[in-house]
Amino acid sequence: MRYEALMQRLAHHALPGEDEPNNGGAALSRREFLKLSAGSAFALGLFTLPQVAHAAGGGQALKPNEMPDAFIAVRTDGGVVIQVNRLEFGQGVYTALPMLLAEEFDADWAHVEPQLAPAGNAYKDPYMGMQMTGGSMSVKNSWLQYRDLGARARAMFVAAAARRWGVSPASCRTQDSQVLGPDGQRAPYGELAAAAMQEAVPDQVALKVPADFTLIGKPTRRLDSPAKVSGREQYGLDVHLPGMKTVLLAKPPVFGARLGRWDAAAARRVVGVADVFPVQLDRGASGLAVVAEGFWPAQQGRRALQVEWDTSGVEKVDSARQLAHYRELAGTPGLVARADDVSALGQAAHRLHAEYEFPYLAHAPMEVLNCTLHYSGERCEIWVGTQFQTMDQLAVAKVLGLKPEQVVIHTQMAGGGFGRRAVPTSDYMVEAAWVAKGWRQAGHVEPIKVMWTREDDLHGGYYRSAYLHRVDIGFNGSGRILGWKHTVVGQSIVAGTSMAPFLMKGGIDHLVVEGIVDTPYRLPMHLEVHQPEVNVPVLWWRSVGNTHTAYVMETLVDELAQQSGIDTVAYRKQLMQGRHPRHAAALDLAVSQSGYGRRTLPKNHAWGVAVHEAFGSVVAYVVEAALENGQPRLLRATAGVHCNLAVNPLTVRAQIEGAALMALSTTLPGNAITLKDGVVQQDNFDTYAIARMNVMPEIDVHIVPSADPPMGMGEPGLPPLAPAYANAIARLTGRRLRRLPFDLS
Amino acid sequence: MIEFQLNGRAVALAVDPSTPLLWALRDHLAMTGTKFGCGEALCGACTVHLDGAAIRSCVTPLSAVAGKKVQTIEAMQDDMIGRAVQKAWIEHDVVQCGYCQSGQIMSAVSLLKAHPHPSEADIVGAMSGNLCRCGTYQRIKAAIQAAAAELAA
Repeated sequence: MRYEALMQRLAHHALPGEDEPNNGGAALSRREFLKLSAGSAFALGLFTLPQVAHAAGGGQALKPNEMPDAFIAVRTDGGVVIQVNRLEFGQGVYTALPMLLAEEFDADWAHVEPQLAPAGNAYKDPYMGMQMTGGSMSVKNSWLQYRDLGARARAMFVAAAARRWGVSPASCRTQDSQVLGPDGQRAPYGELAAAAMQEAVPDQVALKVPADFTLIGKPTRRLDSPAKVSGREQYGLDVHLPGMKTVLLAKPPVFGARLGRWDAAAARRVVGVADVFPVQLDRGASGLAVVAEGFWPAQQGRRALQVEWDTSGVEKVDSARQLAHYRELAGTPGLVARADDVSALGQAAHRLHAEYEFPYLAHAPMEVLNCTLHYSGERCEIWVGTQFQTMDQLAVAKVLGLKPEQVVIHTQMAGGGFGRRAVPTSDYMVEAAWVAKGWRQAGHVEPIKVMWTREDDLHGGYYRSAYLHRVDIGFNGSGRILGWKHTVVGQSIVAGTSMAPFLMKGGIDHLVVEGIVDTPYRLPMHLEVHQPEVNVPVLWWRSVGNTHTAYVMETLVDELAQQSGIDTVAYRKQLMQGRHPRHAAALDLAVSQSGYGRRTLPKNHAWGVAVHEAFGSVVAYVVEAALENGQPRLLRATAGVHCNLAVNPLTVRAQIEGAALMALSTTLPGNAITLKDGVVQQDNFDTYAIARMNVMPEIDVHIVPSADPPMGMGEPGLPPLAPAYANAIARLTGRRLRRLPFDLS
Repeated sequence: MIEFQLNGRAVALAVDPSTPLLWALRDHLAMTGTKFGCGEALCGACTVHLDGAAIRSCVTPLSAVAGKKVQTIEAMQDDMIGRAVQKAWIEHDVVQCGYCQSGQIMSAVSLLKAHPHPSEADIVGAMSGNLCRCGTYQRIKAAIQAAAAELAA
């Protein structure tokens, strides 16, 4: 089952009753909205019931409803305020979603002002039934919704102008936030706003055809740049409320361990420390909350704590032992995820045996996790950059004994996330809620900001899971694959969470096998899975299962091509048997733009190729790598991208550049989270390596032209980069790198 | 009481002199443009100028700032080079999440003050201390080259 379908089922099941649109909930009230955008004369909010959108094949039957002014407001001065119902954390929705709406509204782009929407029923993903950002779904799932909103609003302005002029609406045009009448009349939207508000919301609107787009598809600079280059942007960590305290948590060194004996006398003596108290933590753990006047006293207070931890009864994971255990598991029967007939494998002229190892990886967004709360007993107001508003709202409400609508979430701009802010257990927000509860129980009333340090972040779990793959392939002299036996060992991401029943089928977490089980290559495959339970919390990490599956598939296919004496691009096409034109188009574009096959590389340089589809988009890389002093270096990466219509080509380019760099990081020595006696060994960026400018390759991005409905681009640029680089290194050194990060020593 | 000059204004703070400048700025002066990323001078998100030199404010105690001049991202629009860099950043659509960009810009401005015509190696050398998890390095490099060209024109 496809990821999105799974997520969708999950959303509807996990949140019973939550897809009632008009129950008020924590939705923005009309009054609150008008307060937000003073001077607004027109405001419109429409949203889709998932089932309606589905019945209509994706949104054509959108119906206006009673939820007012949730998405768009037009001020009398012409400002067009658009609510963005997704988290902006670098991926560009703050620009892309307004582009969709403004296109159909014919808004003057210079006067479009996005705002990040708070948690509210109106802001749920129309297909998922929950407010969320993830799965590279934002543009894809907002494509019809935001355009439809713009088209309906436009029709109301046209109707208002036509009424004023006594002409037919059909005789009017719109452009740059103005209605133009048949006889040269002209009325700016700001002037019409009050009248437009009196018009009925139309039941049916026609959306533009791609040929008529003036904004969608045009390289468009980000709307958040001015604030972000001047230091004015407010991220979650920058929130400041009157009287607010800063909280650091003293957490056990082993996941799930508990607070033993403790003494906070020295911590309390630190000037600025307001209180220290025990607090319940994620996964049954417990620790101490240090509350202070700002970060520095909190940090000093935390350092001054005397704490003994009770680690009895919790598994103390050791990376070396874990690998040995995974190897043993790989030799035993697992759950069968795909069961093609591979009986011909035994008769194959050639065999390829391979074993791959992938470590735990931390997301390590530049802005550490944080959550600011003001809890009054009846209401909890929260400022946080989260990818999962709906689930977090429920989770916090549960901790505080509140109804979800008593938990107000103000979505904050976030400094990266890569999946870490989309947590099924709402770990850091639930912990923050426990602190808020303890703080209030201790008689305090001030708001608190619970923040993490980088050490907390790297020690904090919810990593990309560690995996072991074992593959046995039989092939003949012409590269024909007779049998492909594949075993994956690694933790399920969703097992044990509320999402398990929906993302797991036959006990197999789809997120562990995506990218293999659905390979575009025609080959007989037998795929088995082991999902051991391990005391290390894991989570989706930019491109999820594809982070490791694409590496295995694309390096093996390259190796088979090489061993069969077939060009690696031609071999991929041979294996796809003409059934995957988007893969072929992306690959061809990367090949032609890179000069692969035409340009002769200098000595000690080599090409590497990989292609992979994730979240509906296909990305192919042709890379050029070199050996410098015996060490590999990625010099150049040419990307061919098929994401259907590229709504904002600048964003697509940025996402490819960024995903390529993040993938390059995974190859660098030191890009691994390892454990010894249950304790994470990496503390900060000195021991957890992230790509810096000095290893940056030249990245060249080319997009296959398309007018088909857009797919996501937040993640698909990541999976094929590391295998393309590894394939180049194999050509340079003869060594097939089967362990990440790379080690050529 | 520790006194220093912040973006041209005199400030005096009665806080623990071991407090890193970063937290004095963020928690005591409500200047949140300077960011916390690692606390160990490893990521550059907290970069500010101290008497004109780029430093990591997360490991610089207030005591080391006494009597000196501090400039932060908030002052860059009033600086000729700072303005040129910010403009180039916008034109090259550099930012993504943007969280590291205050520090990136402070490092870039410091580079251009010392080397008005930086080579590619100069840029890589000056900027490799600033981490960007979104991977905006290619556009940062292009923006610095563009800012240098504009300032030379």
